[in-house]
Amino acid sequence: MAEILLKPKGSIGIMVEAEVIRPDLFAGKKKEEIEGLFLWQGPKTLPLAEFFDVDIGRAGQTDEGKPEETSIIIEGDVSRVKRIGQGMKAGRIEIQGSAGMHLGEEMTGGSIIVRGDAGSWTGMEMRGGQIHIKGNGADHIGSAYRGSWRGMTGGEILIDGNARSQLGGGLVGGRIIVAGNVENFCGIRQSGGLILVRGSAVRGMGAEMNGGTIAICGSIKQPSPGFVEVGREENVKLGEIQLDGWYTKFAGDFALGKNPKGTLYCREG
Amino acid sequence: MKSEILEVPERPEIAKNIVCPVCGASCDDIQVKLSGDGIVVRNACKMGNAKFQEIVSGHRIRQPLIRENGAVRPAQWEEAIERAAEILASASRPLLFMGSETSCEAMEVGLHLGELLGGVVDSNATVCHGPTTMGIQESGRVGATAGQSKSRSDLVVYWGSNPLESMPRHMSRYAIYPRGYWTRRGRFDRTVITVDPRRSITAENSDLHIQLLPNSDHELLMALLTLLHGKRPHPSVERTTGVPISQMEEMLDMMKSCKFGSIYVGLGIASSYGKHRNAEAALNLVKELNGHTKFVIGALRGHCNVAGFNQIASYLYGFPFGLDFSRGYPRYNPGEYTSVDLLRDRDVDAALILSADPVSHFPATCSEYMAEIPVVCIDISPCPTTMLSDVVLPGVIDAMECDGTFYRLDDVPIYFQPFTKSPFSFTESNADTMEQIFKRVKAIKSAPQYASSQRHRSGC
Ligand code: SF4
Repeated sequence: MAEILLKPKGSIGIMVEAEVIRPDLFAGKKKEEIEGLFLWQGPKTLPLAEFFDVDIGRAGQTDEGKPEETSIIIEGDVSRVKRIGQGMKAGRIEIQGSAGMHLGEEMTGGSIIVRGDAGSWTGMEMRGGQIHIKGNGADHIGSAYRGSWRGMTGGEILIDGNARSQLGGGLVGGRIIVAGNVENFCGIRQSGGLILVRGSAVRGMGAEMNGGTIAICGSIKQPSPGFVEVGREENVKLGEIQLDGWYTKFAGDFALGKNPKGTLYCREG
Repeated sequence: MKSEILEVPERPEIAKNIVCPVCGASCDDIQVKLSGDGIVVRNACKMGNAKFQEIVSGHRIRQPLIRENGAVRPAQWEEAIERAAEILASASRPLLFMGSETSCEAMEVGLHLGELLGGVVDSNATVCHGPTTMGIQESGRVGATAGQSKSRSDLVVYWGSNPLESMPRHMSRYAIYPRGYWTRRGRFDRTVITVDPRRSITAENSDLHIQLLPNSDHELLMALLTLLHGKRPHPSVERTTGVPISQMEEMLDMMKSCKFGSIYVGLGIASSYGKHRNAEAALNLVKELNGHTKFVIGALRGHCNVAGFNQIASYLYGFPFGLDFSRGYPRYNPGEYTSVDLLRDRDVDAALILSADPVSHFPATCSEYMAEIPVVCIDISPCPTTMLSDVVLPGVIDAMECDGTFYRLDDVPIYFQPFTKSPFSFTESNADTMEQIFKRVKAIKSAPQYASSQRHRSGC
């Protein structure tokens, strides 16, 4: 496995857009070539070396250029760097601090792990692969582009902390699991896939939902009124995930139409 | 700043059909008489009249100002334009904020300037009806012109709006009192519903007041949609909204049984929690009500030309507000490229503010950051934004001192003609000022020494 270390060189003023930080673009490149890749800062393009020290290890060159064998490790905070791993197809990115907006947006494969927090639109419209956020997620994680009704179609997002609003907006496929709480409009316009929230939600959970499944283990402060109770289930099984205890099963969202296909499980008590 | 009364040319005859440059109603029936004693205004409401009095006000900014070493000093026009252009040309990522109290013509120059600089161009919609516009992008809109509603509407819903205070002539000129072709008896032919957490004066003058709890508009709208689809909403909605389901049913029956319904949403929809999701739900409700009767929806836009920026930005560059030009082509993502977010995240390094006072209206962290970066501002009278600006250029009052175009609340363009002229020899209008800045910025940008100092610009 080829490991490329990127060390942020200091604080960043105007935010940087770095969609070139991608294992499949780094694979097979020499140190100088990686250093020379262009990042955007406002309307200017500047070489990667302006913002990061690059260490490519002993090999001097990444392993035979295989993306799936390439790992990028960012040693530090990149919360002002956007679009890391955007569109990546394979390989691995590890961010030891927090990441900026649009992390792993539209990715189709490979994995990203963030030890800190992840910015808004992380995993937007992703199609495959995995994003694991060890800290908290901001808004629009795994959502659709503004105005679109189709968000993430595949892959997996795991959040160990909390997420804010519009998590999984327009979810079509894949799954999102949040260990903590979410705020507003989680799973809005969801039409497929699975969202599991182990904590609580504020409002708009599953609003305009027309398919797929949401399960929430905590409480919803302001429930969406278009959900109709259809029964109770004990120890709900969602794929290989087993939830303990009794859950009320709702169908919805009847605010969207007369025959919606969404399912919402809320833990009782 | 001098405070003597600005001299205005006398105009003994009454000027008619003047457009009021205050709120989104863009009333075009104002009559004005200018004389040595001041200005006499007819037909305008209190808000409109107050703005017309500005033309003879002692507060008016009369000369350019430049801040140097913390102190403000009067400056020559050319010097101020040069300084403004330098600030913008040397910024890495300038924010151009096109306020809503000026013409589309001035805003258009701002959009082109943003493209030239690779900056961000935004307008008041960002803290106003931007979420309504985003809602339209989510679900589309069934709309109508003000005239159509005036002639046909027998049911009006003011949702999260209080026109008697925010758009005083809306009821009398467009919506409730005028006699239309199919609403011959004016108010007597119309039913008015107000949805507002407060007992506003509009609510007092309505036939039904739905007094929901604050920040529960989304749940109420979704409950109405659920009823419309033949299901009873989850009982928790009564606790969430404070509105009994029976009252929701009553409201829905009134809506379904009218001939032509109009909903006017205000900032109670766009700026309470839920924002564009509230707007989206309201637009969906209107869409579905069209399965039962004719229903339309529009926003009560706050300022005279806040709709204008959305219109021209959309037809010139494809997006209604918050346009980022850093890649040379427009990008749109409210929350990322919108003024409040950019200032809070310290993601711009200079600002041009045209006919607006964001320092008063934005969150404190944004205003604090504006105090740190160079700011150029064009305005007619002192305000917190002019006070922290590095360059202040005197503004010309649109619809009074120069001609141009506003878009009314229903997105109809209104061309306005002035009844007097710009009091300044150096500029005819804010559009003229913007063009002068644009030309200077372009000249600085194309100078050879500047071009060579730009590293890797648009390198890939
Ligand atoms: S309603 Fe608005 S546009 Fe009409 S006169 Fe009053 S302030 Fe001016």
